[in-house]
Amino acid sequence: MDQRTHNHPVAQNPTEVERKSDRELVVTRLFDAPPQLVFRAWAEPELFRRWWVPKDAGIMLVSCEMDVRTGGTYRLEFGAGGNDTMAFHGKYLEVVPSARIVWTNEEEEQGAVTTVTFEDQGGKTLLTFHELYPSKEALDEAMAGSAAGLPTQLDQLDELLPAIGA
Amino acid sequence: MVQLAMPSLDLSFAALSDKTRRGVLEQLGRADASITSLADKFHMTLTGMKKHIAVLERSGLVVTEKVGRVRTCRLGQRGLEAEAAWIEAHRKLFEARFDALDRIILEMKQEEDNGPANA
Repeated sequence: MDQRTHNHPVAQNPTEVERKSDRELVVTRLFDAPPQLVFRAWAEPELFRRWWVPKDAGIMLVSCEMDVRTGGTYRLEFGAGGNDTMAFHGKYLEVVPSARIVWTNEEEEQGAVTTVTFEDQGGKTLLTFHELYPSKEALDEAMAGSAAGLPTQLDQLDELLPAIGA
Repeated sequence: MVQLAMPSLDLSFAALSDKTRRGVLEQLGRADASITSLADKFHMTLTGMKKHIAVLERSGLVVTEKVGRVRTCRLGQRGLEAEAAWIEAHRKLFEARFDALDRIILEMKQEEDNGPANA
């Protein structure tokens, strides 16, 4: 961990979230590594499953099948400890190694299309996570879902699930 | 159903599409303000600012109250809360994800530096 202190500032790079239009949500973040490395962490299931679900979220990734190539499919199953699981699934519309991954979110009829791009910035990677909903209503619904009032212990799960499907 | 639950969302997004109006909301997030002082702060005419405030008021993002001769603006509750909560939920989620991703990337870098892990 010493190396971290030397090579990286203590503060994390900021995560920016912006509602770009009535159908789009964009998340951007700079990573201190070249695109081919950051891409691998998104494209290899054994790496991806280690960071996609935050540890303190109270839910776990029960299974994670990802065939990250154009036309391939994925299926992620989440559980909160009980027997019930919730599955998110879809198809990779486009995969360009070290540059771009585009996938559908098919667990909902009006699911978004997610595009992740990896842009080289002098050896670092500007990562852009972009969700495009089929209609404004679909995005409003996703938002209304996450804003719905629920008992406190469910709040976190409620906030998390719509976005995990993303 | 969504419309019933969130009557002001549609209007909110129209209201939020303008840079000045987003600035006004940010400003009001810090403190209530009169239309006059907002006009000053954003270098515009009183009439111009009144129009922006009217849009924000229709969307429920801002409420105004006239006390004496001064109309004071403050943040409204609903619309902003729904959008802000959603954005904030995403930010928190992705921050947590990306911090974990940073650690994994650091590991990957070290592995690259050291050659294959089980060499």
